[in-house]
Amino acid sequence: MRDSEKDSGAGIVGVTGSGPAPRLTGAERIDSLTERYPFVMSFFADEEVDFADDLEWTLRESIQRHLAQNPQLGPGWERAFLDRLEAFIAQMMDFISEDASETISSVTVLAGHDKDGNPEPLPSFTLRPGDVLCLVGPTGSGKSRLLADIEWVASGDTPTGRRILLDGKAPDRSWRYDPQRKLVAQLSQNMHFVMDLGVGEFLGLHAQSRAGQQRSEYGELVERIWEAANQLAGEPFALDTPITSLSGGQSRALMIADTALLSRSPIVLIDEIENAGIDRRKALDLLIGGEKMVLMATHDPLLALYGDRRIVLGNGAMRAVITPSAAELANIRELRSMDARMMALRDRLRRGELLEEI
Amino acid sequence: MKFVTVSGPPSTGKTSVLLRTIAELTRTGQKVGVVKFDCLSTSDDQVYAARGIPVRKGLSGAICPDHYFVSNVEEVVAWGEAQGLDMLLSESAGLCNRCSPHIKGVLAVCVVDNLSGVDTPRKIGPMLRSADIVTVTKGDIVSQAEREVFARGVSLANPRAMVLHVNGITGQGASELAALFLEAPEMDSIQGRKLRFSMPAASCSYCLGETRIGARYQQGNVRKMKMED
Repeated sequence: MRDSEKDSGAGIVGVTGSGPAPRLTGAERIDSLTERYPFVMSFFADEEVDFADDLEWTLRESIQRHLAQNPQLGPGWERAFLDRLEAFIAQMMDFISEDASETISSVTVLAGHDKDGNPEPLPSFTLRPGDVLCLVGPTGSGKSRLLADIEWVASGDTPTGRRILLDGKAPDRSWRYDPQRKLVAQLSQNMHFVMDLGVGEFLGLHAQSRAGQQRSEYGELVERIWEAANQLAGEPFALDTPITSLSGGQSRALMIADTALLSRSPIVLIDEIENAGIDRRKALDLLIGGEKMVLMATHDPLLALYGDRRIVLGNGAMRAVITPSAAELANIRELRSMDARMMALRDRLRRGELLEEI
Repeated sequence: MKFVTVSGPPSTGKTSVLLRTIAELTRTGQKVGVVKFDCLSTSDDQVYAARGIPVRKGLSGAICPDHYFVSNVEEVVAWGEAQGLDMLLSESAGLCNRCSPHIKGVLAVCVVDNLSGVDTPRKIGPMLRSADIVTVTKGDIVSQAEREVFARGVSLANPRAMVLHVNGITGQGASELAALFLEAPEMDSIQGRKLRFSMPAASCSYCLGETRIGARYQQGNVRKMKMED
């Protein structure tokens, strides 16, 4: 190995940033830095350096004072700090420059094989923004596997041998591991939270992780998500309710609203929306409203007819695609009124009423 | 031979991730060996051995495990060369979060898990901050939003690292991690290379076996907490 490589760390460094990264010398003034890159304030806060009032100082002056106050940091700290700041700015610039122009206008699934290695009967299907595709089939038929293949952007390397094309082409691998480039927002059955945070705080952090904005800009977004979630959930919750104490229905409502309003991922995968105490139709309307491609594993008749198409799965294979017929669609009204009656009965039960007359 | 240092807090799933990744590497014809470092005891070496993976274990006992690692790494690399390995992985648990086994010019991986708490990436210190790849495990247990919030915490602590979700149970993500391992630089010699982070000095009387409590028994590198407001 050449000497120049010896001290540069391992082979894979700097993979995250390709944006216009400044090379910091320390001579930059704090105010000019914050003017150009307003988000550095959050970096300073995260690093627990108190540079907020040092506007007319240079970076080096502020660093020297910080080092004087924290002698345990050691002599290498200044350069390491500048390196981290450079990397942070590069990453954020990358993030901001990657705007809505990176849209996907189609996702194609090319068939692989079933659990016994036989080719799948349905050779492929393609999704476009605004499409709602339902997956039906008994337990073990391969619904979750199909959702996982799409989330993983399979390239013949999963047990099904399927391939996913984006805009008709084989996608590059960065879709798999670049956190800023998530193809899919998944609403899985797993809605557990372990973080010790309130709803508002959690949504704020999530907004930051998605958009890297200042707190003032995402505050309103957090409120919108919370309000939408409360409209879906049977039982309302507050912005300061700990996420770990939300009920199953509340967690799901929160994640649906979060996915619909915050996520930039072009595809939403939903695994069984019917198993929770939320308004499913409102939930779906909210999700479709964002011009996303929706794939939903469901056995709920109303939701299944809401879909433009549905794919029938069996023994791990895509067997057929069904477009709802005129006769099926004519039943939607009846299904809606059945659904409304069931919802009303649930509400009465919750209020402690008797269901002797329904 | 390629060399990769893998570190992470206890019970984050380092061994599970490595077993899955080694299976992928073996499939591509690589001969991979592991050296497992731990403090008091480990049976992970048997887990590797049961799968036919060449393995050595080192227990640091009374010595700081990362200091023990760095005093033995030259011999470990020599062992890997003698075994004819294509790739040698070192696995070590970071116990006090102050040290890091990562070496300049050697691919450095840190394994953390989604269950460890939102502030944990910042607390872990140099073994995460100086890593090239941070692998996040146990993603199947939490919601996607929480995975994203946690991954951002990792990026803030180490903006340079690639963050990769790997599931040690299903193996999802292991083939990507294997591909990244294959991009690690070939290493001809470890001697003279430098640690990425200098290990803090910790030679006080208690390091040397002192058990009695009280200022008169404290010698060497002693720091006192600030108790006044």
